[in-house]
Amino acid sequence: MNQWNNFLKGFIKENPVFVFVLGMCPTLGTTGSAINGLGMGLATTFVLVLSNVFISLLAKYIPDKVRIPSYIVIIASFVTIVDLLMKAYTNTPGPNGEPSLYDNLGLFIPLIVVNCIVLGRAEAFASKNSVTSSLVDGLGIGLGFAFALTLLGAIREILGSMSVFGWKIAEGFAQLFNPATEYKQGDGMIAFVLAPGAFLALGYLIAFMNIIKKRYAK
Amino acid sequence: MELILLIIGTVFVNNIVLSQFLGICPFIGVSGRVNTSVGMSAAVAFVMVLATIVTYIIQLLLDKLGIAFMQTVTYILVIAALVQMVEIILKKVSPALYSALGIFLPLITTNCAILGVAILVYQKEFTLLPAVVYAFSNALGFGLALITFSGIREQLELANIPNGVKGVPIAFIVAGILAMAFMGFANIV
Amino acid sequence: MAKKESTFNNMLITLLVVTLTASGSLGFVYQLTKDAIAQAEANKKNLAIKRVVPEFNNKPSEEFFKLPSETPGDTICFYVAKLDSDTVGYAVETYSKNAFGGLLKLLVGFLPDGTINNIAVLEHKETPGLGTKMTEEKFSSQFPGKNPAKFILKVRKDDGEVDAITASTITSRAYCDAVQRGYNSLKQHQNTEKGGEQ
Repeated sequence: MNQWNNFLKGFIKENPVFVFVLGMCPTLGTTGSAINGLGMGLATTFVLVLSNVFISLLAKYIPDKVRIPSYIVIIASFVTIVDLLMKAYTNTPGPNGEPSLYDNLGLFIPLIVVNCIVLGRAEAFASKNSVTSSLVDGLGIGLGFAFALTLLGAIREILGSMSVFGWKIAEGFAQLFNPATEYKQGDGMIAFVLAPGAFLALGYLIAFMNIIKKRYAK
Repeated sequence: MELILLIIGTVFVNNIVLSQFLGICPFIGVSGRVNTSVGMSAAVAFVMVLATIVTYIIQLLLDKLGIAFMQTVTYILVIAALVQMVEIILKKVSPALYSALGIFLPLITTNCAILGVAILVYQKEFTLLPAVVYAFSNALGFGLALITFSGIREQLELANIPNGVKGVPIAFIVAGILAMAFMGFANIV
Repeated sequence: MAKKESTFNNMLITLLVVTLTASGSLGFVYQLTKDAIAQAEANKKNLAIKRVVPEFNNKPSEEFFKLPSETPGDTICFYVAKLDSDTVGYAVETYSKNAFGGLLKLLVGFLPDGTINNIAVLEHKETPGLGTKMTEEKFSSQFPGKNPAKFILKVRKDDGEVDAITASTITSRAYCDAVQRGYNSLKQHQNTEKGGEQ
């Protein structure tokens, strides 16, 4: 397979979220805002790329019967490394005391280890393919996952708190036209930041992707 | 009293699936039939309580050795081993129960609800009794959400659903409405 | 690509090597990041403390003590801010369990005479758009400069002097409850200290 296609497949054709509906816990749990979704997506990509590379390197030395436990240990080690790194370097609160990225993602960072995407790619792809292919595969699927999470996060943030990546839309535009304005924007549709909105937004987003894919196939 | 509040709060207010987003994969994946979701819930309850007790003891050991950073690795290994062991023991001891729960057991290792609850117990600094109660009520909450949801999905099959949202999308939309209903429980504790 | 056979020895050796390498490398990464993690935690504390107490030049995150709270079993943490060995304020890590989403943690800065200097919300699970308005000026600006000895820390519904957040009386009550709890333990601490000097 062409490596470029191998990379691109993760975004639309084999997108883990929209097509395979895998890794739903972080998808719903960390997409209250675009930046959280992006952070989670990149953390998962990091684990996915490294575990894919290592597993494709080691696959032939690991006996079949202890395959899964060995993979789990390898994946869990990379998850712990990400956890430690994020605890050290993404743990600064915002200027007004907003919680840090690490605090926002919280429990979902160690839970990358049970993200079906990671073990699924290890078992279905990395154990059977070359190191380069596995690297590209991990990168593609991981960034596809990050893309889906960021998109969902952005949609929920726009609807739920009327901002994108923390930039307040209504206030921003008001300032654009009248820099002296003291206009303060209200709230968005709060339900979209809360649990129900996560399910609703994802449901409609998958439906939308299905329709696009159907059109594209014709 | 504290324990009763903990149970109500965990089952209804902070429902593990509908407000904590743990265990979504089986929630969407095996919720087509009420029968299978009852089996899945029972298997999850069994493993969740067992895993919480075992990881609780392991955590004491990790703390003593000062290697708390090994938490994720040890927890997931313990849970994977536990699931395998339960499977083997069930097969020998109670074939009837095994045939009912057996097919769900392998799926449970990658159910993030199990690992999630084990880590939450550590983060909330529970002692052993509240930890077990917490794990069990989380399993109850999981069962409640899963069985209610599968009941709705059985009805959905008879409904006339627009093509675009058929399948997974309608499942998420229904789950969203269910989550809204569960928000009504907020503040009862 | 000849796969290794699943003999007992092979399996044992593989698992042993994998787990040993994993724990070894994790220990190494842990050593590397340990200082940075501790630094980030301390930094977080210091930033919050800086927001609630007057200017200081010591390191309050290292100069703290814990007192038992009114509820048995819980403790309240005090951070002492000093400017050239004079105590200029206390940052009190206090809480209420009666908030809408359960636990609400505040860091309340008191001046030595008990006047509230500023308040920061450390941890909450309130409803976005309703309870979360406790961080907005309209509500939070009611507290700085008030001394709980004279200022009744209760919402108007409960015959107090605090204007509750619209539609979030429970959050407002919990907020007051937490501040009051912090104030009470500060007074308790100051009384015992005075007692010790006599």
